[in-house]
Amino acid sequence: MVSAEKASSAFPLLRIEALEKGFGDQHVLRGIDIDVGAGETVVVIGASGSGKTTLLRCLNHLETPDAGAIWLDGETIGGAFTAPRGAWRPASQGALADQRRHFGFVFQRFNLFPHLTARDNVAIGPEKVRGLAKAEARALAERELTRVQLADHMDKRPVQLSGGQQQRVAIARALAMEPRMMLFDEPTSALDPELVQEVLDVMRALSASGMTMMVVTHEMSFAREVADRVIFMAGGVIAEEGPPEALFGSPQEDATRKFLRHIARF
Amino acid sequence: MTIDWAIVGKAAPLLLEGAVVTLQVSALSAIIGLFLGAVSGLASLSQSALLRWVVAAYVDFIRGTPLLIQIFLVFFALPVIGIRLDEFWAGVLALSLNAAAFVAEVVRGGVGAIEKGQTEAARSIGMKNGQILVYILLPQAYRQMVPPLTNEIISLVKNSSLLSVISVYELTRAGQAIISIHFVPFEIYTLLAVYYYVLLKALSWLSREVERRLPQW
Repeated sequence: MVSAEKASSAFPLLRIEALEKGFGDQHVLRGIDIDVGAGETVVVIGASGSGKTTLLRCLNHLETPDAGAIWLDGETIGGAFTAPRGAWRPASQGALADQRRHFGFVFQRFNLFPHLTARDNVAIGPEKVRGLAKAEARALAERELTRVQLADHMDKRPVQLSGGQQQRVAIARALAMEPRMMLFDEPTSALDPELVQEVLDVMRALSASGMTMMVVTHEMSFAREVADRVIFMAGGVIAEEGPPEALFGSPQEDATRKFLRHIARF
Repeated sequence: MTIDWAIVGKAAPLLLEGAVVTLQVSALSAIIGLFLGAVSGLASLSQSALLRWVVAAYVDFIRGTPLLIQIFLVFFALPVIGIRLDEFWAGVLALSLNAAAFVAEVVRGGVGAIEKGQTEAARSIGMKNGQILVYILLPQAYRQMVPPLTNEIISLVKNSSLLSVISVYELTRAGQAIISIHFVPFEIYTLLAVYYYVLLKALSWLSREVERRLPQW
Protein backbone atom coordinates (compact mmCIF):
# COMPACT_ATOMS: atom_id res chain seq x y z
CA MET A 1 0.00 0.00 0.00
CA VAL A 2 2.88 2.31 0.68
CA SER A 3 4.87 1.83 -2.47
CA ALA A 4 2.13 3.37 -4.61
CA GLU A 5 1.76 6.64 -2.77
CA LYS A 6 4.64 8.91 -3.65
CA ALA A 7 5.72 12.01 -1.83
CA SER A 8 2.33 13.23 -0.74
CA SER A 9 2.29 15.88 1.96
CA ALA A 10 1.30 13.24 4.50
CA PHE A 11 4.37 11.17 3.67
CA PRO A 12 6.98 11.34 6.43
CA LEU A 13 10.53 12.45 5.74
CA LEU A 14 11.76 8.95 6.50
CA ARG A 15 9.75 5.78 6.26
CA ILE A 16 11.15 2.40 7.18
CA GLU A 17 8.95 -0.51 6.29
CA ALA A 18 9.32 -4.18 7.21
CA LEU A 19 13.09 -3.87 7.30
CA GLU A 20 14.99 -7.12 7.78
CA LYS A 21 18.69 -7.86 7.97
CA GLY A 22 20.68 -10.93 8.92
CA PHE A 23 24.34 -11.82 9.11
CA GLY A 24 24.81 -15.49 8.35
CA ASP A 25 22.22 -17.35 10.38
CA GLN A 26 21.85 -14.46 12.81
CA HIS A 27 18.64 -12.54 12.20
CA VAL A 28 19.50 -9.05 13.47
CA LEU A 29 16.50 -7.03 12.26
CA ARG A 30 13.20 -8.87 12.17
CA GLY A 31 10.84 -6.42 10.55
CA ILE A 32 11.18 -2.81 11.58
CA ASP A 33 8.62 -0.11 10.75
CA ILE A 34 9.37 3.48 11.67
CA ASP A 35 8.16 6.82 10.34
CA VAL A 36 10.15 9.93 11.15
CA GLY A 37 8.64 13.33 10.44
CA ALA A 38 10.66 16.33 9.29
CA GLY A 39 12.27 18.05 12.24
CA GLU A 40 11.71 15.13 14.57
CA THR A 41 14.42 13.75 16.84
CA VAL A 42 14.05 10.02 17.42
CA VAL A 43 16.29 8.29 19.93
CA VAL A 44 16.80 4.54 19.64
CA ILE A 45 17.78 2.67 22.78
CA GLY A 46 18.27 -1.00 23.57
CA ALA A 47 20.84 -3.50 24.76
CA SER A 48 23.87 -4.22 22.59
CA GLY A 49 22.96 -6.76 19.97
CA SER A 50 19.39 -5.54 19.75
CA GLY A 51 19.95 -4.29 16.20
CA LYS A 52 20.11 -0.51 16.77
CA THR A 53 23.36 0.05 14.94
CA THR A 54 22.42 -2.31 12.13
CA LEU A 55 19.16 -0.41 11.70
CA LEU A 56 21.04 2.87 11.33
CA ARG A 57 23.58 1.36 8.95
CA CYS A 58 20.82 -0.09 6.78
CA LEU A 59 19.27 3.36 6.34
CA ASN A 60 22.15 4.71 4.27
CA HIS A 61 22.98 1.24 2.95
CA LEU A 62 26.31 0.80 4.69
CA GLU A 63 24.61 -2.55 5.15
CA THR A 64 22.29 -3.80 2.44
CA PRO A 65 18.92 -4.77 3.90
CA ASP A 66 17.65 -8.27 3.14
CA ALA A 67 14.03 -7.22 2.89
CA GLY A 68 11.81 -4.24 3.38
CA ALA A 69 12.22 -0.72 2.11
CA ILE A 70 13.35 2.74 3.13
CA TRP A 71 11.95 5.96 1.75
CA LEU A 72 13.59 9.32 2.19
CA ASP A 73 11.37 12.16 1.02
CA GLY A 74 9.23 9.66 -0.88
CA GLU A 75 12.17 8.17 -2.75
CA THR A 76 13.26 4.58 -2.14
CA ILE A 77 16.87 4.20 -1.00
CA GLY A 78 19.23 1.76 -2.67
CA GLY A 79 16.93 0.75 -5.47
CA ALA A 80 13.39 0.99 -6.76
CA PHE A 81 10.30 -1.13 -7.17
CA THR A 82 9.63 -1.93 -10.80
CA ALA A 83 5.92 -1.39 -10.05
CA PRO A 84 3.84 -0.80 -6.93
CA ARG A 85 4.38 -4.00 -4.94
CA GLY A 86 6.56 -5.11 -7.86
CA ALA A 87 10.04 -6.55 -7.90
CA TRP A 88 12.93 -4.69 -6.26
CA ARG A 89 15.68 -3.49 -8.56
CA PRO A 90 18.87 -2.46 -6.72
CA ALA A 91 20.39 0.90 -7.61
CA SER A 92 23.81 1.22 -9.25
CA GLN A 93 26.79 2.06 -7.04
CA GLY A 94 26.80 5.58 -8.43
CA ALA A 95 23.11 6.19 -7.81
CA LEU A 96 23.44 4.81 -4.30
CA ALA A 97 26.40 7.14 -3.61
CA ASP A 98 24.21 10.08 -4.63
CA GLN A 99 21.51 8.99 -2.19
CA ARG A 100 23.87 8.38 0.72
CA ARG A 101 24.86 12.01 1.05
CA HIS A 102 21.29 12.87 2.02
CA PHE A 103 21.92 11.05 5.30
CA GLY A 104 24.57 12.57 7.53
CA PHE A 105 26.17 9.67 9.39
CA VAL A 106 28.13 10.09 12.61
CA PHE A 107 30.15 7.06 13.67
CA GLN A 108 30.94 5.82 17.13
CA ARG A 109 34.67 5.96 16.37
CA PHE A 110 34.51 9.27 14.44
CA ASN A 111 36.28 7.86 11.37
CA LEU A 112 37.89 11.15 10.47
CA PHE A 113 40.39 11.09 7.61
CA PRO A 114 43.75 11.15 9.44
CA HIS A 115 45.71 12.61 6.52
CA LEU A 116 43.51 15.71 6.29
CA THR A 117 43.17 18.75 8.54
CA ALA A 118 39.87 19.37 10.29
CA ARG A 119 39.03 21.90 7.59
CA ASP A 120 39.80 19.49 4.76
CA ASN A 121 37.91 16.68 6.47
CA VAL A 122 34.83 18.85 6.24
CA ALA A 123 35.58 20.44 2.85
CA ILE A 124 36.39 17.29 0.91
CA GLY A 125 32.76 16.17 0.60
CA PRO A 126 31.37 19.50 -0.58
CA GLU A 127 34.25 19.84 -3.04
CA LYS A 128 34.48 16.35 -4.47
CA VAL A 129 30.88 15.19 -4.11
CA ARG A 130 28.76 18.33 -4.26
CA GLY A 131 31.08 19.93 -6.80
CA LEU A 132 31.66 23.21 -4.98
CA ALA A 133 34.71 25.27 -5.92
CA LYS A 134 37.64 24.68 -3.59
CA ALA A 135 37.44 28.14 -2.00
CA GLU A 136 33.71 27.80 -1.52
CA ALA A 137 34.09 24.35 0.06
CA ARG A 138 36.72 25.68 2.45
CA ALA A 139 34.55 28.63 3.42
CA LEU A 140 31.65 26.27 4.06
CA ALA A 141 33.91 24.01 6.13
CA GLU A 142 35.01 26.97 8.22
CA ARG A 143 31.38 27.97 8.85
CA GLU A 144 30.44 24.43 9.88
CA LEU A 145 33.47 24.07 12.15
CA THR A 146 32.68 27.40 13.77
CA ARG A 147 29.15 26.15 14.35
CA VAL A 148 30.53 23.20 16.37
CA GLN A 149 32.88 25.51 18.32
CA LEU A 150 36.07 24.47 16.52
CA ALA A 151 37.04 27.74 14.86
CA ASP A 152 40.44 27.59 16.57
CA HIS A 153 41.29 24.07 15.44
CA MET A 154 40.72 24.11 11.69
CA ASP A 155 44.33 23.44 10.71
CA LYS A 156 44.84 20.53 13.08
CA ARG A 157 44.85 16.94 12.00
CA PRO A 158 42.58 14.48 13.80
CA VAL A 159 45.44 13.06 15.87
CA GLN A 160 45.97 16.51 17.39
CA LEU A 161 42.35 16.74 18.53
CA SER A 162 40.60 15.27 21.55
CA GLY A 163 37.89 12.65 21.04
CA GLY A 164 35.16 15.19 21.65
CA GLN A 165 36.71 17.58 19.15
CA GLN A 166 37.09 14.80 16.60
CA GLN A 167 33.46 13.86 16.95
CA ARG A 168 32.42 17.46 16.47
CA VAL A 169 34.52 17.62 13.29
CA ALA A 170 32.71 14.47 12.18
CA ILE A 171 29.36 16.16 12.81
CA ALA A 172 30.50 19.22 10.85
CA ARG A 173 31.67 16.94 8.03
CA ALA A 174 28.22 15.37 7.83
CA LEU A 175 26.42 18.72 8.05
CA ALA A 176 28.51 20.21 5.25
CA MET A 177 26.78 17.80 2.87
CA GLU A 178 23.46 19.47 3.73
CA PRO A 179 21.81 16.18 4.54
CA ARG A 180 18.06 15.72 4.79
CA MET A 181 18.55 13.99 8.12
CA MET A 182 21.31 13.04 10.53
CA LEU A 183 22.05 9.55 11.84
CA PHE A 184 24.12 9.21 15.02
CA ASP A 185 25.51 5.79 15.88
CA GLU A 186 26.44 5.88 19.58
CA PRO A 187 28.31 9.16 19.03
CA THR A 188 29.56 9.45 22.62
CA SER A 189 30.31 5.80 23.45
CA ALA A 190 33.99 6.03 22.53
CA LEU A 191 34.56 9.25 24.45
CA ASP A 192 36.09 9.87 27.85
CA PRO A 193 33.28 10.86 30.23
CA GLU A 194 34.38 14.48 30.50
CA LEU A 195 34.16 14.89 26.71
CA VAL A 196 30.63 13.53 26.30
CA GLN A 197 28.84 16.76 27.13
CA GLU A 198 30.43 18.93 24.44
CA VAL A 199 29.21 16.50 21.77
CA LEU A 200 25.73 16.23 23.27
CA ASP A 201 25.56 20.03 23.39
CA VAL A 202 26.17 20.22 19.66
CA MET A 203 23.54 17.56 19.03
CA ARG A 204 21.07 19.32 21.27
CA ALA A 205 21.54 22.58 19.36
CA LEU A 206 21.20 20.74 16.08
CA SER A 207 17.93 19.18 17.17
CA ALA A 208 16.63 22.54 18.35
CA SER A 209 17.53 24.05 14.97
CA GLY A 210 15.02 21.70 13.35
CA MET A 211 17.34 19.04 11.92
CA THR A 212 15.68 15.65 11.60
CA MET A 213 17.71 13.19 13.64
CA MET A 214 17.83 9.53 14.50
CA VAL A 215 20.17 8.86 17.41
CA VAL A 216 21.32 5.52 18.76
CA THR A 217 22.67 6.18 22.24
CA HIS A 218 23.02 5.01 25.80
CA GLU A 219 22.77 8.58 27.10
CA MET A 220 19.36 8.36 28.73
CA SER A 221 19.40 11.94 29.96
CA PHE A 222 19.89 13.10 26.39
CA ALA A 223 17.00 10.89 25.26
CA ARG A 224 14.77 12.19 28.02
CA GLU A 225 15.58 15.79 27.29
CA VAL A 226 15.96 16.02 23.51
CA ALA A 227 13.96 13.19 21.96
CA ASP A 228 10.52 13.75 20.53
CA ARG A 229 10.14 10.01 20.53
CA VAL A 230 12.09 7.12 22.01
CA ILE A 231 12.21 3.70 20.40
CA PHE A 232 13.23 0.71 22.50
CA MET A 233 14.58 -2.17 20.45
CA ALA A 234 15.00 -5.71 21.67
CA GLY A 235 15.82 -8.84 19.69
CA GLY A 236 15.64 -7.12 16.33
CA VAL A 237 12.15 -5.66 16.73
CA ILE A 238 10.70 -2.50 18.20
CA ALA A 239 9.57 -3.58 21.64
CA GLU A 240 8.10 -0.25 22.63
CA GLU A 241 8.02 3.35 21.47
CA GLY A 242 6.61 6.59 22.67
CA PRO A 243 7.41 10.07 23.91
CA PRO A 244 10.25 10.04 26.45
CA GLU A 245 8.01 10.92 29.41
CA ALA A 246 5.83 7.89 28.70
CA LEU A 247 8.58 5.44 27.84
CA PHE A 248 10.79 6.35 30.76
CA GLY A 249 7.94 7.24 33.12
CA SER A 250 5.58 4.34 32.67
CA PRO A 251 7.05 1.71 30.35
CA GLN A 252 4.39 -0.78 29.22
CA GLU A 253 6.58 -3.75 28.37
CA ASP A 254 8.50 -6.01 30.73
CA ALA A 255 11.53 -5.91 28.48
CA THR A 256 11.59 -2.11 28.57
CA ARG A 257 11.29 -2.04 32.35
CA LYS A 258 14.07 -4.56 32.70
CA PHE A 259 16.35 -2.64 30.36
CA LEU A 260 15.72 0.68 32.07
CA ARG A 261 16.34 -0.85 35.49
CA HIS A 262 19.60 -2.28 34.21
CA ILE A 263 20.70 1.05 32.72
CA ALA A 264 19.79 2.92 35.91
CA ARG A 265 22.40 0.94 37.78
CA PHE A 266 25.23 2.65 35.92
CA MET B 1 97.53 -15.02 -0.36
CA THR B 2 98.47 -12.00 -2.38
CA ILE B 3 96.03 -9.51 -3.76
CA ASP B 4 96.63 -8.40 -7.30
CA TRP B 5 96.19 -4.66 -6.74
CA ALA B 6 97.10 -3.85 -10.31
CA ILE B 7 94.08 -5.76 -11.57
CA VAL B 8 91.87 -4.15 -8.96
CA GLY B 9 92.96 -0.73 -10.22
CA LYS B 10 92.30 -1.72 -13.83
CA ALA B 11 88.99 -3.44 -13.10
CA ALA B 12 87.42 -0.70 -11.01
CA PRO B 13 86.63 1.67 -13.93
CA LEU B 14 85.56 -1.26 -16.16
CA LEU B 15 83.17 -2.44 -13.48
CA LEU B 16 81.84 1.07 -13.22
CA GLU B 17 80.54 0.72 -16.79
CA GLY B 18 78.75 -2.44 -15.69
CA ALA B 19 77.40 -0.64 -12.67
CA VAL B 20 75.90 2.00 -14.95
CA VAL B 21 74.11 -0.71 -16.92
CA THR B 22 72.91 -2.29 -13.65
CA LEU B 23 71.52 1.09 -12.67
CA GLN B 24 69.86 1.56 -16.04
CA VAL B 25 68.28 -1.89 -16.02
CA SER B 26 67.18 -1.49 -12.40
CA ALA B 27 65.77 2.00 -12.85
CA LEU B 28 63.81 1.08 -15.97
CA SER B 29 62.53 -2.15 -14.39
CA ALA B 30 61.60 -0.34 -11.20
CA ILE B 31 59.63 2.31 -13.08
CA ILE B 32 57.84 -0.21 -15.29
CA GLY B 33 57.39 -2.66 -12.40
CA LEU B 34 55.97 0.00 -10.10
CA PHE B 35 53.58 1.15 -12.78
CA LEU B 36 52.40 -2.35 -13.75
CA GLY B 37 52.31 -3.34 -10.08
CA ALA B 38 50.23 -0.33 -9.09
CA VAL B 39 47.78 -1.03 -11.91
CA SER B 40 47.56 -4.72 -11.00
CA GLY B 41 47.31 -3.95 -7.29
CA LEU B 42 44.39 -1.61 -7.93
CA ALA B 43 42.82 -4.16 -10.26
CA SER B 44 42.97 -6.70 -7.45
CA LEU B 45 40.92 -4.29 -5.32
CA SER B 46 38.30 -3.79 -8.01
CA GLN B 47 34.73 -5.00 -7.99
CA SER B 48 35.36 -7.26 -10.96
CA ALA B 49 35.93 -10.86 -9.95
CA LEU B 50 37.57 -11.54 -13.33
CA LEU B 51 40.17 -8.78 -12.85
CA ARG B 52 40.89 -9.98 -9.33
CA TRP B 53 41.33 -13.51 -10.58
CA VAL B 54 43.67 -12.48 -13.39
CA VAL B 55 45.92 -10.58 -10.99
CA ALA B 56 45.85 -13.39 -8.42
CA ALA B 57 46.84 -15.93 -11.09
CA TYR B 58 49.64 -13.66 -12.30
CA VAL B 59 51.02 -13.10 -8.81
CA ASP B 60 50.76 -16.82 -8.13
CA PHE B 61 52.74 -17.67 -11.26
CA ILE B 62 55.51 -15.17 -10.54
CA ARG B 63 55.81 -16.24 -6.93
CA GLY B 64 55.68 -19.91 -7.82
CA THR B 65 58.51 -19.90 -10.37
CA PRO B 66 62.20 -18.98 -10.12
CA LEU B 67 63.21 -15.62 -11.53
CA LEU B 68 65.92 -17.33 -13.55
CA ILE B 69 63.27 -19.36 -15.38
CA GLN B 70 61.21 -16.21 -15.94
CA ILE B 71 64.26 -14.56 -17.49
CA PHE B 72 64.82 -17.56 -19.77
CA LEU B 73 61.16 -17.56 -20.73
CA VAL B 74 61.28 -13.92 -21.77
CA PHE B 75 64.62 -14.26 -23.56
CA PHE B 76 64.24 -17.64 -25.24
CA ALA B 77 60.52 -18.30 -25.39
CA LEU B 78 59.18 -14.96 -26.55
CA PRO B 79 61.09 -15.12 -29.87
CA VAL B 80 59.24 -18.38 -30.59
CA ILE B 81 55.99 -16.41 -30.70
CA GLY B 82 57.63 -13.68 -32.76
CA ILE B 83 58.59 -11.20 -30.06
CA ARG B 84 62.29 -10.56 -30.42
CA LEU B 85 64.00 -8.39 -27.81
CA ASP B 86 67.72 -7.78 -27.34
CA GLU B 87 69.31 -8.94 -24.05
CA PHE B 88 68.94 -5.55 -22.43
CA TRP B 89 65.22 -5.16 -23.06
CA ALA B 90 64.49 -8.81 -22.44
CA GLY B 91 66.19 -8.34 -19.06
CA VAL B 92 64.25 -5.18 -18.30
CA LEU B 93 61.00 -6.88 -19.26
CA ALA B 94 61.69 -9.98 -17.14
CA LEU B 95 62.64 -7.93 -14.06
CA SER B 96 59.66 -5.59 -14.54
CA LEU B 97 57.17 -8.43 -14.82
CA ASN B 98 58.68 -10.05 -11.75
CA ALA B 99 58.67 -6.86 -9.69
CA ALA B 100 55.12 -5.99 -10.79
CA ALA B 101 53.72 -9.05 -9.04
CA PHE B 102 55.35 -8.16 -5.73
CA VAL B 103 54.45 -4.50 -6.04
CA ALA B 104 50.84 -5.50 -6.73
CA GLU B 105 50.81 -7.37 -3.44
CA VAL B 106 52.26 -4.38 -1.59
CA VAL B 107 49.63 -2.05 -3.07
CA ARG B 108 46.80 -4.47 -2.35
CA GLY B 109 48.05 -5.00 1.20
CA GLY B 110 48.69 -1.31 1.81
CA VAL B 111 45.24 -0.21 0.73
CA GLY B 112 43.59 -3.25 2.28
CA ALA B 113 45.19 -2.55 5.66
CA ILE B 114 43.39 0.77 5.99
CA GLU B 115 40.60 0.60 8.50
CA LYS B 116 37.15 -0.16 7.11
CA GLY B 117 35.72 2.89 8.88
CA GLN B 118 37.59 5.12 6.43
CA THR B 119 35.74 3.67 3.46
CA GLU B 120 32.46 3.82 5.35
CA ALA B 121 32.97 7.45 6.33
CA ALA B 122 33.82 8.34 2.73
CA ARG B 123 30.77 6.42 1.52
CA SER B 124 28.53 8.16 4.00
CA ILE B 125 29.37 11.54 2.50
CA GLY B 126 28.46 10.21 -0.92
CA MET B 127 31.88 9.41 -2.38
CA LYS B 128 32.06 6.90 -5.18
CA ASN B 129 34.55 4.03 -5.14
CA GLY B 130 37.08 5.76 -7.41
CA GLN B 131 37.01 8.90 -5.28
CA ILE B 132 37.41 6.90 -2.08
CA LEU B 133 40.50 5.24 -3.52
CA VAL B 134 42.07 8.46 -4.81
CA TYR B 135 41.24 10.88 -2.00
CA ILE B 136 41.01 8.67 1.07
CA LEU B 137 42.74 5.31 0.75
CA LEU B 138 45.80 5.89 -1.45
CA PRO B 139 47.00 9.02 0.37
CA GLN B 140 47.00 7.01 3.58
CA ALA B 141 48.57 3.96 1.97
CA TYR B 142 51.55 5.71 0.32
CA ARG B 143 53.38 6.14 3.55
CA GLN B 144 53.16 2.59 4.73
CA MET B 145 53.96 1.31 1.26
CA VAL B 146 57.38 3.00 1.08
CA PRO B 147 59.34 0.50 3.24
CA PRO B 148 58.02 -2.66 1.53
CA LEU B 149 58.43 -1.06 -1.89
CA THR B 150 62.03 -0.21 -1.01
CA ASN B 151 62.58 -3.86 -0.19
CA GLU B 152 61.17 -4.82 -3.58
CA ILE B 153 63.46 -2.39 -5.38
CA ILE B 154 66.45 -3.63 -3.40
CA SER B 155 65.59 -7.19 -4.43
CA LEU B 156 65.24 -5.98 -7.97
CA VAL B 157 68.76 -4.51 -8.01
CA LYS B 158 70.19 -7.72 -6.55
CA ASN B 159 68.17 -9.82 -8.97
CA SER B 160 69.53 -7.85 -11.91
CA SER B 161 72.80 -9.77 -11.47
CA LEU B 162 70.94 -12.82 -12.83
CA LEU B 163 70.73 -11.05 -16.17
CA SER B 164 74.41 -11.93 -16.61
CA VAL B 165 73.18 -15.34 -17.79
CA ILE B 166 71.58 -13.79 -20.87
CA SER B 167 74.70 -11.68 -21.45
CA VAL B 168 73.39 -8.31 -20.35
CA TYR B 169 76.66 -6.50 -19.75
CA GLU B 170 75.74 -5.35 -16.26
CA LEU B 171 77.92 -5.36 -13.16
CA THR B 172 78.13 -9.10 -12.60
CA ARG B 173 78.67 -9.89 -16.26
CA ALA B 174 81.36 -7.23 -16.48
CA GLY B 175 83.12 -8.86 -13.54
CA GLN B 176 82.87 -12.31 -15.04
CA ALA B 177 84.38 -11.05 -18.27
CA ILE B 178 87.41 -9.78 -16.39
CA ILE B 179 87.72 -13.00 -14.41
CA SER B 180 87.59 -15.15 -17.54
CA ILE B 181 90.56 -13.27 -18.98
CA HIS B 182 92.71 -12.69 -15.90
CA PHE B 183 91.48 -15.41 -13.56
CA VAL B 184 91.27 -13.21 -10.47
CA PRO B 185 87.96 -14.34 -8.90
CA PHE B 186 88.73 -13.27 -5.36
CA GLU B 187 89.60 -9.67 -6.24
CA ILE B 188 86.78 -9.20 -8.73
CA TYR B 189 83.98 -10.85 -6.75
CA THR B 190 85.01 -8.85 -3.69
CA LEU B 191 84.95 -5.71 -5.78
CA LEU B 192 81.52 -6.69 -7.15
CA ALA B 193 80.19 -7.15 -3.62
CA VAL B 194 81.48 -3.69 -2.69
CA TYR B 195 79.84 -2.12 -5.74
CA TYR B 196 76.48 -3.75 -5.03
CA TYR B 197 76.71 -2.89 -1.36
CA VAL B 198 77.31 0.78 -2.09
CA LEU B 199 74.46 0.87 -4.63
CA LEU B 200 72.01 -0.72 -2.21
CA LYS B 201 73.10 1.44 0.72
CA ALA B 202 72.48 4.52 -1.38
CA LEU B 203 69.06 3.16 -2.25
CA SER B 204 68.07 2.54 1.39
CA TRP B 205 69.22 6.02 2.31
CA LEU B 206 67.14 7.48 -0.50
CA SER B 207 64.10 5.55 0.66
CA ARG B 208 64.50 6.79 4.23
CA GLU B 209 64.68 10.34 2.92
CA VAL B 210 61.49 9.85 0.90
CA GLU B 211 59.77 8.38 3.93
CA ARG B 212 60.93 11.26 6.10
CA ARG B 213 59.55 13.79 3.67
CA LEU B 214 56.12 12.21 3.40
CA PRO B 215 53.49 14.08 5.42
CA GLN B 216 53.07 12.73 8.90
CA TRP B 217 49.90 12.47 10.92
